[in-house]
Amino acid sequence: MTVLKPGDTFTLEAPKTTRTALALYAGASGDHNPIHIDIDACRAVGIDDVFTHGMLSMAYLGRLLTDWIPQEGIRSYEVRFTAITPVNTVPTCTGTVTEVEDELARLSLTVTLPDGTVTLEGSAVVAAG
Amino acid sequence: MTIDRSIIGSRTPEHSVDVERGRLRFFARATGQPDPVYADPTAARAAGHPDIPVPPTFLFCLDLDNPDRGRFLADLGVDIRTVLHGGQAFEYRAQAYAGDRLTFSTEVTDVYSKKGGALEFIVRTTRVTRGGEPIATLTGTTVVRDPKAAK
Repeated sequence: MTVLKPGDTFTLEAPKTTRTALALYAGASGDHNPIHIDIDACRAVGIDDVFTHGMLSMAYLGRLLTDWIPQEGIRSYEVRFTAITPVNTVPTCTGTVTEVEDELARLSLTVTLPDGTVTLEGSAVVAAG
Repeated sequence: MTIDRSIIGSRTPEHSVDVERGRLRFFARATGQPDPVYADPTAARAAGHPDIPVPPTFLFCLDLDNPDRGRFLADLGVDIRTVLHGGQAFEYRAQAYAGDRLTFSTEVTDVYSKKGGALEFIVRTTRVTRGGEPIATLTGTTVVRDPKAAK
């Protein structure tokens, strides 16, 4: 079992956010908001193109967590969506242990794009192992 | 647009969802999840689970099955194309699995605005239970943009 200590860092390169990836996520998640799948609907409200579901990035970060620790060890997991993720980019998920106390570890979480844009900031509290 | 503050404290009728293996398998594929535990009940059992575990963010997706969830924004006169997801939090109490029947109960817990009303925030808290046992609490923030400001 992984024992977490402050400073431990893990990363996950997510799959490219192709239009197919967005369409599949719309179906699997049940989020059928047209702003993620229909460019015509986007343009009708002044948005140039579809963009990635924030919850898809949160799911990738969730994969980072469950790759790293048993899922039952996750006590809480929260994020703020700080920027839109366009189509056809590759998000990178990063988690860093910031604190370990009373057998619980606090993690700082981010998702960034290749140009440095931070699209998601969050935290999780997990069993330290 | 201004969201009516009197919706704070209002509740969406509770709904229940059966967690299906096929949908979890589809979600694993859509999120690029290569771990067979999240797609194959045999692999899940070999790893000590009773069935395929519900991944960390999937409770949010199950809540999207609530027919009243989409109606909620429509009733407020909000065009779904003008909303953004501002934030999402999960507090976990127990692990859920394929085959579970989960019940979702949602309350509007806050409404506030920023940028002189160009952005309105609606916060909703959803309690998820299985046979009365707490599974998780979800807190979601929806951002409603003024569509004219978006142009």
